[in-house]
Amino acid sequence: MSEARFQPGDRVRVRKADVPGHLRTPWYIRGHEGEVERICGFFANPEELAYNRHGLPKRALYRVRFQQRKVWPDYDGPAGDTIDVEIYEHWLDKA
Amino acid sequence: MCTHHHHDHDHDHDHVHPTRPELDGPLTYHQRLEIAVRELLIEKGIVTADEVRRAIEAMDARTPAQGARIVAHAWADPAYKKKLIEEPREAVLELGVDPGVTKLVVVENTDKIHNLVVCTLCSCYPRSILGLPPDWYKSRAYRSRAVREPRKVMSEFGLEIPDDVGVRVHDSTADMRCLVLPKRPKGTEGWSEEKLASIVTRDTMIGVAEARIP
Amino acid sequence: MRGHHDMGGEPAGPVERTEHDYAPWEKRVDALLVLLSDRERNLIRTDELRKNIEAIGPDAYDKMSYYERWITSVTANLLQRGAITADELGRKLAEVEQREKDGLL
Repeated sequence: MSEARFQPGDRVRVRKADVPGHLRTPWYIRGHEGEVERICGFFANPEELAYNRHGLPKRALYRVRFQQRKVWPDYDGPAGDTIDVEIYEHWLDKA
Repeated sequence: MCTHHHHDHDHDHDHVHPTRPELDGPLTYHQRLEIAVRELLIEKGIVTADEVRRAIEAMDARTPAQGARIVAHAWADPAYKKKLIEEPREAVLELGVDPGVTKLVVVENTDKIHNLVVCTLCSCYPRSILGLPPDWYKSRAYRSRAVREPRKVMSEFGLEIPDDVGVRVHDSTADMRCLVLPKRPKGTEGWSEEKLASIVTRDTMIGVAEARIP
Repeated sequence: MRGHHDMGGEPAGPVERTEHDYAPWEKRVDALLVLLSDRERNLIRTDELRKNIEAIGPDAYDKMSYYERWITSVTANLLQRGAITADELGRKLAEVEQREKDGLL
């Protein structure tokens, strides 16, 4: 387990990648920019656990907050509406 | 075949809850599969029939009433509410609720923010607190639409969120399980925790309903 | 490619607020998963359960109920882990079918 690369408040972008296998990063949020809301902790990598491997070293997991209007261009709610998604560190780049 | 009807806390009263047929007709393929797999596992000594029975009992014991008790205590005791948000695991253990392996996140509804929980990738749900999720939570319609048009989805549940209240959707796709702490309704001052808990429904803790005085 | 299970934001109809009390066989599937995933047995992990569900295929995924998907996935995992074999399972399924015909279930 290493240090978390990002801190709450950091701007991050979700990698836009089309990868086979078992992934926990929803398709709709890939490529979008958001703000780290909190560090959830460190967890074994689910992409490896899915194939009965240990998934170590553990990865930092974040809750990242996105503006709905940015995620969905046709979003019809107020500008303040947001969505929080849990994303592993290896899916995040500095924005 | 109907085992538990938690009409006090579980859900609204105007819904029908048919059980899936089991022994009424021929078994389905998947019902036979369950029997075959379970019997093989028992024969191999991997599980025992008793363990299966006890696991079901433990599951039946987890109902939204647990969540309601937690919420009611948080409403009544501001220090507990703070703890519930900051250290949810310790806070629910304090009330005798075992969160199991669940990593709990408690999100609070306020005058400015309304929270809604969904899992778009599967059907992650705070089972250790609320029990098994309702069918609609696992449905394609809810999982697809709750992230993109949450206000419309909530209005289909009869919940209209005014525009000056922000809607915060939580897609719990990884290791955390989200529980909504609903807003305590006005007019409940001086209520006992038991009475408070009676208005905390399962749906208020998912975010598709608000706690209301009946 | 977007997986069929990865449905956030996809078009869909109104949310039908259906619920049912879980049938005994559904609870037994749930119980099996709980037991098989515990620390001692460790015969399935949550992400293996999910992976096998994601592998079901779009048509079957939509046709199956929740616990139908689960028992399908749990079975696949037990085969993958070598806890049971296809031959054992096939024979046991035939036996269950026969018992049902004989009115013994």
